[in-house]
Parts: sequence; C-alpha cells; structure tokens
Amino acid sequence: MANVMTARNLRLYYGKHEALHGIDLDFPKQKITALIGPSGSGKSTFLRCMNRMNDLVAGVTITGSLKLDNKDIYSPKTDVVDLRKRVGMVFQQPNPFPFSVFDNVAFGLRLAGIKDRALIQERVETSLKQAAVWDEVKDKLNENALAFSGGQQQRICIARVLAVQPEIILMDEPTSALDPVSAGKIEDLLLSIQDKFTIAIVTHNMQQASRISDQTAFFLDGKLVEVGSTKQLFMAPQKEETSDYLNGKFG
Amino acid sequence: MDEIKRQLTKASKATRQDRYGKWIAFICTFLIGLLVVSIFYLVASKGLATFFRGHISLWDFLTHQDWNPGQVSKNGVPSVGALPMIVGSFSVTVLSAILATPFAISMALFMTEIAPKRGQRFLQPVIELLVGIPSVVYGFVGLTIIVPVIRAIFGGTGFGILAGTLVLFVMVLPTITSMYVDSLRAVPRFYREAALALGATRWQSIYKVVLRASIPGLLTAIIFGMARAFGEALAVQMVIGNASLLPHNLISPASTLTSVLTTGIGNTVMGTLPNNALWSLALILLLMSLGFNLLVRLIGRQGRFTK
Ligand SMILES: Nc1ncnc2c1ncn2[C@@H]1O[C@H](COP(=O)(O)OP(=O)(O)O)[C@@H](O)[C@H]1O
Ligand SMILES: [Mg+2]
Repeated sequence: MANVMTARNLRLYYGKHEALHGIDLDFPKQKITALIGPSGSGKSTFLRCMNRMNDLVAGVTITGSLKLDNKDIYSPKTDVVDLRKRVGMVFQQPNPFPFSVFDNVAFGLRLAGIKDRALIQERVETSLKQAAVWDEVKDKLNENALAFSGGQQQRICIARVLAVQPEIILMDEPTSALDPVSAGKIEDLLLSIQDKFTIAIVTHNMQQASRISDQTAFFLDGKLVEVGSTKQLFMAPQKEETSDYLNGKFG
Repeated sequence: MDEIKRQLTKASKATRQDRYGKWIAFICTFLIGLLVVSIFYLVASKGLATFFRGHISLWDFLTHQDWNPGQVSKNGVPSVGALPMIVGSFSVTVLSAILATPFAISMALFMTEIAPKRGQRFLQPVIELLVGIPSVVYGFVGLTIIVPVIRAIFGGTGFGILAGTLVLFVMVLPTITSMYVDSLRAVPRFYREAALALGATRWQSIYKVVLRASIPGLLTAIIFGMARAFGEALAVQMVIGNASLLPHNLISPASTLTSVLTTGIGNTVMGTLPNNALWSLALILLLMSLGFNLLVRLIGRQGRFTK
C-alpha cells in the first residue's frame, strides 16, 4: 500500500521546548489514521505540521523530514498555498465563515480561481452531499452558515474542505464539540468518503478511533509510542504504555 | 418559635442591599430618560412652532432657498427656506465620509493586519490624539491653511463646501478608523486560520474573509463618522463662509444647519419666529442623529458573528 505522507525523525520546537521528539509515521493512501493520546502529547502539533499551519506560530523550528508524494513539504521549493490545497484541515470548533452556506463551500474553489459558475454549483452540491448535510441545507444555501446547528456547521466545514478536492484531510478532534448524534453522522460520512481521501484524525474518543480508523498511532509526551493497524493496536498492544492508556490507567 | 419564624421571614441583608441597589439604578435610569424626553419635547415644541404658530408650510421650509426669517417677504410671510443649509450639511457630511473611508480602511488594516506592533505603537496614539483635539483647533487650522490654499488654487474666497469637507475629513478620519479597528479586532482569529488552511494567501484571507466579515462594522463606523460630521458646528462654521445660498460648486461660500444655528442663535429673541426657525433647524439635526442611531442598530443586529 502506497504511503501518501511520511514523517521521518520529525522534531518540532516551540522556542527551546521540544514538543515532538522524532516522529516516524506513514499515512497509507485512502486509509483513515487515528492519532490518540492524552492531552498535551503533541497530536495537534503533529497534525499542524502536515499542512504547515505551525508556520503561523512564532518561534517554531522543525527538523527531520515530512514528505508528501516523496517531496519534502518543508523544502524551500514548496508552495505553501498549494500544499494547503492538497492537505485540507477541519478544526475542533466548527468555524464556518459568516457568509452563506454556498459561499462557504465555494470559498476554496473561488480562491483557486475557478470562475465557471456551473462547475462551482456542481462542486458545492457534490461536496455537501459527500458531507451528508445536503438534505438539511439544500433549500437554505443562501442563509448564513452561522444560523445552523453546531453539527451542521461542522459538516458544512467538511464540505468546504472536500470542495477543494484535497488528497489528505486533517481533522483535529472534529466531533469533540458536538453531541453524540452529530458525532455519529460525521463518523458515518468519514467512512463513506474514505475511498476518495486519505484522512488523519485526532480523537480523544477510543470508540471513535476503533470504529472508523484503519491505522492508529498512540502519542505520549511528544513521542510516538506505537503505531499499527487499529485492530491489532486495540486488541494486542505491543507496549505497556499503550495498554495502560487503552485501559484508562492515565490520560 | 415565633422568634425563629420572624428571623426566617425577615429579608436578609443581601436582599435589602439588592433592593436598595435596584432602586438607585431605577431612579438614575428614570432621570436620564426624563432628560432625553425633555430635550425632545423642548426642541420639538419650539421647532414645530414655526409651522403651527408661524404658519410657515413645512414644504416651503424644506424646499425654499431664501433664509430671512426676520423680514416679511413680498407674499406676506417671512422667508424660512432651509434648503441651502440642508444641502450644505448633507454635502459636507457625505463628501467627508467618502473621502475618509478609504484612508480609514487602509489605516485600520495596517494597524490590525499588516503591522499590528508598529501600528499599535505609533498610529494608536496619533489617532487618540486626533480624537481629543477640540474642534475649534481644527477650524482654526482650516481657516489659516486650508482656506488660503483653496483660494490660491481655485480662486474665489476659499470658503465653502470644499474647505468644510476637508476640515471634517480630518475630524472624522480618527473616529471611523478607531471604530473600524475595533471591529476588525473583533473578527475571530479562527476565520483567518480557516481561510489559510483552505489555501488562501495572507492577502486573500484579509480581503476575502476579514474585510467581508467586517462590512457591518465598517458601515457602523462610517455612520458614526457621518453623525459626527453632521453635528459638528464650530470648525465648519469657521471655514464654510456662512452664506445661506444654495451651493452651486464646492468653493463658493455656503452654510450648514449647524453653522446657521451657532451664528444666529445669539441674535434672535426667544419666542419669535426667527428664533423658532432656528429651533426647526435643531429639530432636523435631532431627527437626523436619531436616524443615524437607528441605522447603527439595524446594522448591528445583522452583523453579529454568532447567532
Ligand atoms: N503555540 C504553542 N506554543 C508553545 N507550546 C505549545 C504550543 N502549542 C502546543 N504547545 C505545547 O506542545 C505540547 C503538545 O501540545 P498539543 O500538540 O496541543 O497536544 P495535544 O493536541 O495532543 O493535546 C504541549 O506541551 C503544549 O503545551
Ligand atoms: Mg489538541
């Protein structure tokens, strides 16, 4: 199975503080990888390396390599804007723009310079369908996205990312701010789109990780303790820390 | 037994303080309300007397061009035509707002998005200073610099709408800028992050998201600036020329509602028509500021970032 993204000996420093201690991790194409671990273990930090959102934080240094299709995304030749179109991100808090649903989903397309209205319309519809929110918003595409419920907003945000047709989608605890029903809808939609996208999802919820992911990576104190197929990691963890964490001994 | 019952049913100290505080707040609110109502009543009763007791028609007042309430004209009633002042007031207000807005947008963006640190250090104090300068100083500067410069460039006296506009421009610029800075700062950071994560450049995230999200705030800021310009009296009076003529160009002497009010109020006798006519001008000013306020309310209700 081809790996879309590979991290080798990835270290990240916030100023002098080393937050990631040499991570080696592969993201297989069209699989869902779950990143689990207690708070402060570096999951978000790692995720934000993958679309270079950490560039926005002052004083961050990164060493090691992080390759997308065998090209280092931290090489000076990388076009960050282009990278972020290929590696989309969904945040913990639903964050639609205070515009209409349509304008939200069309945002990335218009950024990419697409002018063809029919094409934009079609992509918006497809993306909202993929994000399993079409039926709820199809008659209200011109309404402000903020007028919808949190769960609907989050799915609109997912549609906004899908519309750009990224190769990888990063999700940082996308359901932790939502009720269980909304969370369930998002899990279902992730399963339904996983044959088209490679997904990396940070989650605090063990059940969620075991339900939807193919591969799970366990982070602890900025180190990657263990990574393996989800089944194997949950059923037969190799490391003691992993099994302690899974059994709720800490975190 | 009775003792305990009495103790229990007696209002506690906190409750009494609570009631006490409520009463004070209520009385203060009531007094302020009364004040506002009295002002409205005073201005309205005097301003309307022009029409009811002075038998001037409202239509003539709003559309006629001659302002001479002290003398009876040919048709037997004094000429109380406020059109030149109304046009003058609206011209300087709208023109100065149009002129100030692009500058305000650029300065606010510079202070919040482009160079927040330097903007904070240098521009913020400058703006605060500009807001605090008394209007007579602006008028004086206008009189000694702007008017002669206009005279030198365009000829004529130099007094007029253009001079008034330029003085007001300097006065409303800091108002609009500082209010718009506040509304730009109120745009949540995560909108910028979301835009960047979708592949926006920094500039795209500013003008496609931040600017767009802050349009209601910008409109509110402009309206506040316009309210200030519309109500400004002293500085405008010093540079506009104070001729109650319908302005035909930007550089001939003109007048505004406020300039006529401030120059005329000392020369009329309470209760006479010339005096009441000035109150009618004041009534227009009051209604306009009410209108500005309503607009701000309306926009504010639509421009929230959460529902
Ligand atoms: N912007 C930042 N500046 C400095 N330190 C940070 C920053 N963000 C996170 N950290 C630190 O990096 C470590 C990992 O944090 P994070 O990646 O947010 O963990 P997780 O997402 O697993 O909860 C923590 O010790 C945290 O305090
Ligand atoms: Mg996190």
